[in-house]
Amino acid sequence: MEVVRQKIETPEDFRARQLRARDMLRGDLEGQDLEQYVQERVLTTTLDKAVDWARGNSLFPLTFGLACCAIEMMSIVGARLDIARFGFEAFRASPRQADLMILSGRVSIKMAPVVRRVYDQMLEPKFAIAMGACSSSMGVFNNYAIVPADKFMPVDVHVPGCPPRPEALMHGIIKLRAMVQEDPSMGWRRRYGGVGTEEVVPTAGEHATGENVFTGAGTEASDA
Amino acid sequence: MPDATGLELLARDLGERTPGSILDTEHFRGKGAVEVAPATIVETLLALREAGFTALMSVHGVDYYPDEPRLGVHYELLDMSKLDRVTVRLRVPTGAPHVPSVTPDWPTANHQEREVYDMFGVVFDGHPDMRRILMPEDYEGHPQRRDFPIGGEPILFTHNEATGPRWFE
Repeated sequence: MEVVRQKIETPEDFRARQLRARDMLRGDLEGQDLEQYVQERVLTTTLDKAVDWARGNSLFPLTFGLACCAIEMMSIVGARLDIARFGFEAFRASPRQADLMILSGRVSIKMAPVVRRVYDQMLEPKFAIAMGACSSSMGVFNNYAIVPADKFMPVDVHVPGCPPRPEALMHGIIKLRAMVQEDPSMGWRRRYGGVGTEEVVPTAGEHATGENVFTGAGTEASDA
Repeated sequence: MPDATGLELLARDLGERTPGSILDTEHFRGKGAVEVAPATIVETLLALREAGFTALMSVHGVDYYPDEPRLGVHYELLDMSKLDRVTVRLRVPTGAPHVPSVTPDWPTANHQEREVYDMFGVVFDGHPDMRRILMPEDYEGHPQRRDFPIGGEPILFTHNEATGPRWFE
């Protein structure tokens, strides 16, 4: 079933919806009381918008620290900044339960396959923040051992800094929330092959094969 | 630290025990160093152990580019009763970077020789497990050599995305 998003063009259109809601409440309230109740309490919207609103307000980050940026990442759950105010308080220890991966630190070329595998195991919808200079552009560790996050996984928000202050990461998460609530399609992610959840199934052969539970297509196990 | 005279006496004893092993001595800023022929490193270290230097503190790799022979290995020894230190050096060319392993006699050298192999490409003959230790096993090259490129990979920004490596296609 295709969900068709209805646009509310004019204030009159919005008024028509309020009148429809008023009809449904008729019987419990009457007259001026009913009119006032509807105008104050009832807001009509689409299911998509409601889901995006709820989704953006309950992103659970993955418990995943890579380097010094992780110290700043930990401090945003402390009392001073307290991202629990925005519904991000529960750092999940399993990629199955997490929505948001914060790449907090430099990713070495040995760690990159591990990061990509954890990202592939997260369930849709999933988002990623590259925190700090190293995971965005290798930063001061611009050498043979480090790889920027853009090279192996889709990143939604880059937070610059070395390390970013907790306020900066907070700002990045708020930006991500705005993105989730306003533009959830993220069609650009397909070109990174980052759509869906991939489970690596051990087989008897030399190479394990991954099965994408989102598209159902079997893919070669991603070691990169 | 052995003073300059003590270092020469030590080097003379080592040279008498294994003829042709001592190539040079250097006493610099209170620290003595002995340069030995690569083939005699095992005998030299065992002789130094009998002389009291019982602890092998560390093994280092060096690239002397552009001097030849390019690659070097430093062994830092410590005499814990006299609080004496001495450095044993050797140098090998990149064409045949083979050094006898001291791991059978000094187990602490195991991982450090693997790291020198990983970063500089010095092969330690007789090492029980001569593999890379830090870099991925399929990595090509030895990244701490001075002719190894520092970064080399362009960073993907939005403005150069179209010209960058299109690996995702």
